[in-house]
Amino acid sequence: MHRFANPGRFLRMTDRLLPACGVLTALCLGIGFYLALFVSPPDYQQGETVRIMYVHVPAAWMALFVYATIALAAASLLIWRHPLAAIVARVSAPLGAGFTALALATGSLWGKPMWGTWWVWDARLTSVLILLFLYLGLIALQNAFENPERGQKAAALLALVGAVNLPIIKFSVDWWNTLHQPASVTRLGVPAIHSSMLWPLLIMAAGFTLYFLTLLMLRVKSEILAARIRALKQAATARD
Amino acid sequence: MLDFLDMGGYAAFVWPCFGLAILLLGGFAAVSILRLRARQRELAALQAGRERQAP
Repeated sequence: MHRFANPGRFLRMTDRLLPACGVLTALCLGIGFYLALFVSPPDYQQGETVRIMYVHVPAAWMALFVYATIALAAASLLIWRHPLAAIVARVSAPLGAGFTALALATGSLWGKPMWGTWWVWDARLTSVLILLFLYLGLIALQNAFENPERGQKAAALLALVGAVNLPIIKFSVDWWNTLHQPASVTRLGVPAIHSSMLWPLLIMAAGFTLYFLTLLMLRVKSEILAARIRALKQAATARD
Repeated sequence: MLDFLDMGGYAAFVWPCFGLAILLLGGFAAVSILRLRARQRELAALQAGRERQAP
């Protein structure tokens, strides 16, 4: 990990990886959307609404994955003071908030026809709503200070404290009574979902994950360039 | 075709989900790529200006 903490080396690595990752992301998402809409069968209970799953579940997984990424970056920022860790945390937060909002919106659109309500204040839904507020809090803190380094540190602390919400979200469907169904893919033994629905879901999830990693690299690269622009401008004003 | 668009009567729930997903994924990608391009241009211009001044 430490080898990639050097911005110059990171840029050289991303320049090699970005094109391939972009193509792979487009491919996975293209195939995923095609399978989700045209190939996978309607559910015998839920009918066509089951297609919402192919957007809802990957979005919810990414909401957790991105937060875990931010929490790891926050830890390495506080422990080793990696400058790249602060950038990773900053550029990931809006993406995570987006995925969380998407999971909540699609869940609502799925809940109305299947549960008969847009929203219930049960453990799974409420803990994911808290995750969205955590993301918004991170974004606000990261931008709230004159001195960006202080903002990054404050946000890193919030990210670490908020990480306690991740297992609560994951196990909320087991610990409390909820309308939300329990995990059907990531359980021990055989997944409780037929392969004709599991494959489109897994390809979609791979597409969402690749999408996040590609955009993460691209946005970190963008921030490194912005730092160089700032440095060059400062040098120029110092010379004048 | 109409059958497909109707989504078994659930069109009003299924299509907004896919629309939102594509909007979000496309939107973040477009904003990020445009911002990167703008910074690459600005950095190149700054570096070109420095090289002109240097000698």
